[in-house]
Amino acid sequence: MAKYIGKRLVYMLLSLWMIVTATFFFMRIAPGNPFASEKKLPPEIEANLNAHFGLDKPWYAQYWEYLVRIVNWDFGPSFKYKSQTVNDLINEGFPVSFLLGMEAIFIAVAVGVLLGIIAALKHNRWPDYTAMIVAVLGISVPSFIMASFLQYFLAIKMGIFPVARWESFMHSVLPAVALASTPMAFIARLTRSSMLEVLANDYIKTAKSKGLSRGVITVKHTIRNALLPVVTYMGPLTAGILTGSFVIERIFGIPGLGAHFVTSINNRDYTVIMGVTVFYSILLLVSILLVDIAYGIIDPRIKLAGGKKGE
Amino acid sequence: MQISKDKFKLVGTQLGEAEKISKPSLSFWKDVFIRFRKNKLALFGLVLLGLLIFMAIFGPYMTPYDYASNDLSNKNQPPSSEHWFGTDDLGRDVFARTWEGARISIFIGVAAAVIDLIIGVLWGGIAGYKGGRTDEGMMRFADILYGVPYLLLVILLMVVLGQGLSTMIIAMSITGWINMSRIVRGQVLSLKNQEYVLAAKTLGANTSRIMGKHLIPNSMGPILVTMTLTIPSAIFTEAFLSFIGLGLTPPIASWGTMANDGLPAMRYYPWRLFFPATFICLTIFAFNVVGDGLRDALDPRMRK
Repeated sequence: MAKYIGKRLVYMLLSLWMIVTATFFFMRIAPGNPFASEKKLPPEIEANLNAHFGLDKPWYAQYWEYLVRIVNWDFGPSFKYKSQTVNDLINEGFPVSFLLGMEAIFIAVAVGVLLGIIAALKHNRWPDYTAMIVAVLGISVPSFIMASFLQYFLAIKMGIFPVARWESFMHSVLPAVALASTPMAFIARLTRSSMLEVLANDYIKTAKSKGLSRGVITVKHTIRNALLPVVTYMGPLTAGILTGSFVIERIFGIPGLGAHFVTSINNRDYTVIMGVTVFYSILLLVSILLVDIAYGIIDPRIKLAGGKKGE
Repeated sequence: MQISKDKFKLVGTQLGEAEKISKPSLSFWKDVFIRFRKNKLALFGLVLLGLLIFMAIFGPYMTPYDYASNDLSNKNQPPSSEHWFGTDDLGRDVFARTWEGARISIFIGVAAAVIDLIIGVLWGGIAGYKGGRTDEGMMRFADILYGVPYLLLVILLMVVLGQGLSTMIIAMSITGWINMSRIVRGQVLSLKNQEYVLAAKTLGANTSRIMGKHLIPNSMGPILVTMTLTIPSAIFTEAFLSFIGLGLTPPIASWGTMANDGLPAMRYYPWRLFFPATFICLTIFAFNVVGDGLRDALDPRMRK
């Protein structure tokens, strides 16, 4: 187990190093100078600015400083808004995104698992077909289209929910549902197929012949085993929720990190784009690693080290 | 009661009859096709896909309007017999733009899938066939690259390289091929120790012949499924990027840029968002359903 975690940690750090390095060199080749504006700066001021941001040093020194800063959890300043740093943006926007993301994850897992279980228990009957059509639709409708449609029909046309902004629980319902729709569909399909696989096992037959009730079999024997593959989906789920938040927050006018990220893309605020990308990458890679470790702990059949038996 | 013996007739054994195969023999792909045909949803997806491709080819010619020309006296018109899908804020015909967008979206999807195929088959094929150190090194590299979050990398590349069709396809392919290479490698690993490969080797076939004639054609099933499922994800990525303002630049019409333009006007001119959005969903749906159907048809466990 420790060996496996160590190995995974090394890969994670390598992937992170790759993206950090990529962001650093991308920033150098990105078109335009960070201080480019309509007004030509006097050379003395430009030299001063360069010195302030450390741009007068050779590239390897800058690269090393950049790495050190990332390790110290400092994602750098914004070139467009002088008084703001990427850390400010993260501290301000991330709690909102986190709340929205958690709500979406809750919806996705709860509804997805429920749909999958119903579909598997009523295999090849109408609840199965209905649940799977809902799932295929969920996979085919991108979250930003789902969000626009929900906003148009439920908020603008019918007025059940507020159209936009981030003020109360009611404001969070539509964005969370839109964000959850695609992962929910994946979870429903995953749960269904793994339930069907478990239901075909001999121990289910044994449980039936022992005279256990249907409910006990479903809850104690089927669902518990069928949910294991769903745990593996938590990594991609985090990634999906995270990237989905870029568009959903924009559509619903939510002041989260995703919306700030998209704004910085449209402003070509390079340092913010790079900083937030690195932050997101760290977040994502760490959560995927945690999910994988959790999976190894939950499922005793998995030999994480992939090595010798009896280890 | 007695039955007289003359009511029976000795027919004797017909040896040939027992050995005869009554069903015509099916090639692998014929068998797959028969199973695919039984899947109604997949068949529906295939028909839908055919229709969408037909409209992408001929749709722009069905209307006298051009996708890029403005007509400011006719802006934001609702759907009518004149403009079937209405017009947008510059008076451009949404019907013409929708099918122009279909061309772009399908082109991006197919191009991304083909590039993934080429790199993935080469990388995975070589890694799987060579094995040992080569395999280890190549797949470790792929693992590290795979750890880099896909959409974030694509966004970064688009920001740095600038917006455009080719940049978008390049950005998608940089990490897109990894999935394909893993699948090809797995297939090659499981096939390369089969007797017919050994036979080919004994007969003196060289590596490229074994790869091209034996290993890759026999891996075609999973490769095809992966390709069919890559296309919708590429179409989605295009729409997503256009939607966050990193897409193709006007006057090119893609479904993503159209949806992005239509979003602020949703309250008053919903058709500007509705048409591109619906066709994005239909296309992704069709490819997904066909891909799923193909995967089920190819899965020997599904054989009855």
